[in-house]
Amino acid sequence: MSEEKKSPYIIPIGPTHPALKEPVMFTFRMDGEVIRDVDFAPGQTHRGIEWMGMRRNPVQIVHLTDRICGICGVSHTLAFSRAVEQVAGIEVPERADYIRTIIAEFERIQSHLLWAGVAAHELGFDSLLHLTWRVREQSMDVIENLTGNRVNYALVQVGGVRRDIVPEQHRIIEDCLSTYEGLLGKLLDLFLHDKTIAMRCRNVGLLSKDDALKLCTVGPTARASGVNVDLRQDYPYCAYGDLDVRAILPDQHLGETRGDVYDRIVVRLLEVGQSCGIVRQCLSEMPSGEITAEPKLAKLLAICKKARGEAIGRVEAPRGECFHYVVMEGKEAPTAWKVKASSYSNLMSWIPMLRGEQIADIPIVVASIDPCLSCTDRVAVVRSGSRSILTKDDLHRLSVEKTRRLQQ
Amino acid sequence: MALLPMFPELLKQLFRTPATNMFPAKYLPPSVTGFLKKVGAGQATLVPPVQTPPKFRGKIEYQRDGCIGCSLCVKVCPSNAIELLEETKRIRIWVDQCIFCSQCTDICPKGGLRMTDAFLLADEDRYSENLIVE
Repeated sequence: MSEEKKSPYIIPIGPTHPALKEPVMFTFRMDGEVIRDVDFAPGQTHRGIEWMGMRRNPVQIVHLTDRICGICGVSHTLAFSRAVEQVAGIEVPERADYIRTIIAEFERIQSHLLWAGVAAHELGFDSLLHLTWRVREQSMDVIENLTGNRVNYALVQVGGVRRDIVPEQHRIIEDCLSTYEGLLGKLLDLFLHDKTIAMRCRNVGLLSKDDALKLCTVGPTARASGVNVDLRQDYPYCAYGDLDVRAILPDQHLGETRGDVYDRIVVRLLEVGQSCGIVRQCLSEMPSGEITAEPKLAKLLAICKKARGEAIGRVEAPRGECFHYVVMEGKEAPTAWKVKASSYSNLMSWIPMLRGEQIADIPIVVASIDPCLSCTDRVAVVRSGSRSILTKDDLHRLSVEKTRRLQQ
Repeated sequence: MALLPMFPELLKQLFRTPATNMFPAKYLPPSVTGFLKKVGAGQATLVPPVQTPPKFRGKIEYQRDGCIGCSLCVKVCPSNAIELLEETKRIRIWVDQCIFCSQCTDICPKGGLRMTDAFLLADEDRYSENLIVE
């Protein structure tokens, strides 16, 4: 019997796998139960949205950007319309800025609660998943009431917003906010004082501050490692300049920063409370006035058609910075449109996080950065990846060749 | 209970009603279309759906008479779901392509387009009569 080499061996997980919510291909080099090294290949859900956008006018693209991500629907729309507004020189009325802020914060609330449920599910704690998702429904109901839809809100338009927040809706929003503020203590207790969650998340999936900076991570993933970044504080857009938003870091709550999965839970849950405060402040300080710079869509189209130049729209999405680059050259459609979703910056942090962990930790560590692969997948160039697709004709040819070979 | 904070919550849940609305029936019928036929004949009752929110964007409604064929709606439709029929200068809306953004209703100078509350649009045939508005 030949002596076979037993270590390291390779475990492929993906491109589609029950443990992963979205398609991505992982290749783990294992040493027993321990992950020695990991590589991943995204690019399985590329949909060509930018290609579609470059054949449409900005008023059409705004609703296409809603569909880039199912969870952060307003972040992409906001980033894109902010870029177009800068190119076309459209000034957004103040009231529209406040409404945009309110809806963006509601999106953060529902996205973080969704993530908390997913994290509980990945730990095998399904009762907590159901509880979190039940309480999430209330924010979805408010979003539905404000915009008309649960997802794909279609609220933001270039130059402003399409629907106003009327006084009757203030009460619904207020109800939801007070429920969440009451619930937050309970959620923090359920997540942070649970022995199972502490055992599975403390010191798991560590990302040091150095690595977080080197890999350019953004959003809650970076903040959980102690990096003080938040676009709402560093580069205020919409109404954030008038509000006092400070990045939430885990040491404010726990007294120390370790950069593990547990810290990421803390940051996201605390941000739910922060968002409630921001919405409340926006509601009380919201000025009256117009909600859009140009209510006539036909005129808006004409303004966009004349616009020339390039601009960048940046927005702090629930997962981190979302970035849209738009070039317009006096044509109906933009000449270039580049989307960088927040997960794009965060994916690389998987590698230091997963090294040294066990197979059973893969789902929770992968989920801990809140990856959103369908938003991320643009054109991916895989270096040295020699891939080929065998079509039916190729297989037929190979089969015939083999028969011929055997006949000889 | 210091380390199992979820436990009291689970006990409470035993006495709560489910949060889910059991639409269209409490238990999944063997055939949904068969069940709906029964509802039509009065043999079964439908669990009503959750009410749609105010200003909900459902299936589009088109008033052919007021239309002037300006094709502005065609120009702003993000999914190219609206087609201008050259002979009659009227539009045809392919609801299976529609993404319910309500932009055409905003731009229509005659106010001839309206979003209704209809949301049960599932169909086996994307070209069925139910999914073409003209």
